[in-house]
Amino acid sequence: MNDAPSLWTLARAFNRIALASFGGGLSAWSREVIVAERGWMTEEEFLSASTICRILPGANQVNMAVFVGTRLHGVAGAVAAVAGLIAVSMILILLAGAFYLRYRHVPALQHALAGMASAAVGLTLSVAWHQGQRVLRSPAAGLLAVLSLAMAAGWRTPLWLTLLLLGPVGFWWAWRQEAGR
Amino acid sequence: MSPLQAWQICAVFGSASLLSVGGGNAIVPQLQRETVLDHHWLSAAQFADSFAIAQVAPGPSSLLVTLLGYRAAGLPGALLATVAIILPAAILVWVVARLWLRTGHARWHTALERGIAPVAVGLVAASGVVIATSVDHTALHWAVSAAAAAVLGATKINPLFVVLAGGAVGLWAG
Repeated sequence: MNDAPSLWTLARAFNRIALASFGGGLSAWSREVIVAERGWMTEEEFLSASTICRILPGANQVNMAVFVGTRLHGVAGAVAAVAGLIAVSMILILLAGAFYLRYRHVPALQHALAGMASAAVGLTLSVAWHQGQRVLRSPAAGLLAVLSLAMAAGWRTPLWLTLLLLGPVGFWWAWRQEAGR
Repeated sequence: MSPLQAWQICAVFGSASLLSVGGGNAIVPQLQRETVLDHHWLSAAQFADSFAIAQVAPGPSSLLVTLLGYRAAGLPGALLATVAIILPAAILVWVVARLWLRTGHARWHTALERGIAPVAVGLVAASGVVIATSVDHTALHWAVSAAAAAVLGATKINPLFVVLAGGAVGLWAG
């Protein structure tokens, strides 16, 4: 579905993801760029990859950069994607560290940051909405999504337990659907 | 940076890398203990500030370790800490990604991909809810979140404008 992008393009895309996530919403930005903007992965590929990246140790978005980079360009792709994700961000966080220590008592800064963080929450919810329109097209799929939302956000079930309980159910449901085709 | 310091940075952050299950923030208590109490690279207050900065700064919040490494040994420390936290987990992901991508056409692979997708959508929604409820989310903040979600759900506007608008609302209402 795609012509493999150059390493430079890959690094620039991940740099864009990182820089756009000022105030939060990093995973929302990675879906926006990788699926919606570049079409490097389908919605389902992206969702399964991001679930694998959540289960494995490591920061989810760094893992995702390794995964997408590997998928498009092997080891070199993984290195380019991770470098793109963190290189500029590292410089910025060191500058932000110096800036924040100086101005952290200014209320206006706190208020602006809280407002941006709130909008980033809305961004994350809208991503679930977009993905849901693509993926939740049967009552069974909808029920699985509601259950995982309730377990993760309502009852604060650990991720491994949520996946251990709902994963086999989802697999069984999809397996039977494949058989029915 | 002395060789001993370099070794300590590699040990602290490299071992934390494989322990950070469930996203980067799971290891924060462990990092706090090692960098503040064991090695005295920074004070507890400096650690809390570094955490706050890493949350709002662009990029992965695990770049907290960049700041911690900087406190420990300046720029070389920042660089070494960042590489140490990323490399072990990245190698593991690379191995798993290769295995996963190789089996692309097997029936169990597609069934797993399609079956896990609805669960993953629920988890994405949950991460928004959890972030909103874990910080001090007032009625105004909820309104900003809801408005942002509605605008982004209904239009193709660049999300960056919406996030900046959220910051402007926070500034204006505060």
